[in-house]
Amino acid sequence: MLELSNINAGYGNVQVLRGLSLTAGPGQVTCVMGRNGAGKTTMLRAIMGQISTTAGSITLSGTPLQTLPAHEVPRAGIGYVPQGRRLFGELTVAQNIEIGLMTRGKGRATRDYVLSLFPRLRERLSQRSSTLSGGEQQMLAIARALCLEPSVLLLDEPTEGLQPSMITLIRDTLLTLKSTGVAIVLVEQRVDAVLAMADHIAFVTAGSVAETVPNTGLSTDSAQFKTYVGV
Amino acid sequence: MDFGPFLLLALMEGMVMAAVLALTAVGLSLVFGVMRVVNVAHGEFFMLGAVIAWFVTHFMPGPPAVAFAAALVICPLLVGGIAALSDTLILKRLNYDPEATIVATIGLSYIFQQTALTFYGPDARPVLAPFDLRIQLPWFGYSGYKIAVVFAALAILLAVWLLMTRTRAGLIMRATQLDRNTARAFGINVDRVYAAVFALGAGLAAVAAVLIVPIQQAHYLMGHDPLLLSFIVVIIGGLGSLRGTLVAALVIGLSDGVISVFFSPTLAKILATLLVAMVLVFRPQGLFGTKP
Repeated sequence: MLELSNINAGYGNVQVLRGLSLTAGPGQVTCVMGRNGAGKTTMLRAIMGQISTTAGSITLSGTPLQTLPAHEVPRAGIGYVPQGRRLFGELTVAQNIEIGLMTRGKGRATRDYVLSLFPRLRERLSQRSSTLSGGEQQMLAIARALCLEPSVLLLDEPTEGLQPSMITLIRDTLLTLKSTGVAIVLVEQRVDAVLAMADHIAFVTAGSVAETVPNTGLSTDSAQFKTYVGV
Repeated sequence: MDFGPFLLLALMEGMVMAAVLALTAVGLSLVFGVMRVVNVAHGEFFMLGAVIAWFVTHFMPGPPAVAFAAALVICPLLVGGIAALSDTLILKRLNYDPEATIVATIGLSYIFQQTALTFYGPDARPVLAPFDLRIQLPWFGYSGYKIAVVFAALAILLAVWLLMTRTRAGLIMRATQLDRNTARAFGINVDRVYAAVFALGAGLAAVAAVLIVPIQQAHYLMGHDPLLLSFIVVIIGGLGSLRGTLVAALVIGLSDGVISVFFSPTLAKILATLLVAMVLVFRPQGLFGTKP
């Protein structure tokens, strides 16, 4: 279980996160919503150790993550699909996957499993990743993170700019992962996608979680979406 | 001597220059490409390679070939170690800030120079070639060692290319070069990669120096020309582009050889500098570089 407790973080003198707390349990999808600049991406970067926290604690199954150097965080079992995919564009699909596999010493079985989730990538293994379509790039970004065999998967707006069929594929994949016990933290702006996947929704405003609600009885017209997301 | 053989001689001299320059410049280009650090101390790593080669060959007993072979192994390892230490103690602490690392490597270059002056002295000293072979062509005789330098440099460059394109270490370096934050998110220890790349770049400069030091002499100020020419090469080829570096080294090396033989070495340097200026004006990213 991933637990964030009262964390403060920011960039230089600019504090973005102010006492943010969040819990993501195994086999659950926790969606994080909020307006631009609320601190969603900063929260994910703080979990990954890419920016330092100045207060609070981040633990994975009781193990503190803040004491680890950034490159040790994925080894602890956290996979990250950053906003904009951030693929290694000049490397091939196969090489991007290899980067994911080498970190935890996972082998062919993991690679085969990941490629079975995204068969289209198998046809493009020797293709440079920057030449893939947007949807294929997103598949690769998720596949690369899954090569870590993470117990927690962080995704930052994975459906951004994708066509509906691709969004459906990604949603189905995430629900499959959820059924295997992976804890998923999904930063997302699309209300329909959130309602289709979330177990809980955390609404972030001004760097802290203002409200966490279970995804029962919510609809696109619910007041929380208007209040915290503006849709 | 007729024009034809004279031109051939000039081209052969240019090939030796190009081979050594390519080795040195690839080191500089690797460091900039992966770490985004403009290493002003690169010429001093070259100088350290030559000076240490003199110490190794001077104090090692046995035939010159054995001492020279030992220098070829010891110098890049020692200079690479010094570079890795410099990276860890200085560049890492500066968080690889581009401006700060330029100032820091200028400081490093003076430290290395003065250290060499203190322990090696101000004199230029020769290092014996590992073998003395003269190849007799129909028009003139030519040093077999110089031809060996060209082939040795080609072999080392091929090894570097294989390292970068065919090995796991190369894949890690390329991933780090492309996006260091994402590389960290996949468990790559970027600090370790940077130290290794800095060591590799310095090691290549040291190997180049060991190869050239039987032709030139080891001197504590000998790092200036290789640094200037390496910058010329990587700017023309495109900062961070290995292919561009190799092509530019060939162009600069050959033209330097030909112009030096037919006219003067000073004119060769002037024309190379002019070429850099033209590249910076008309194609600032270099011939093979990509626009930022």
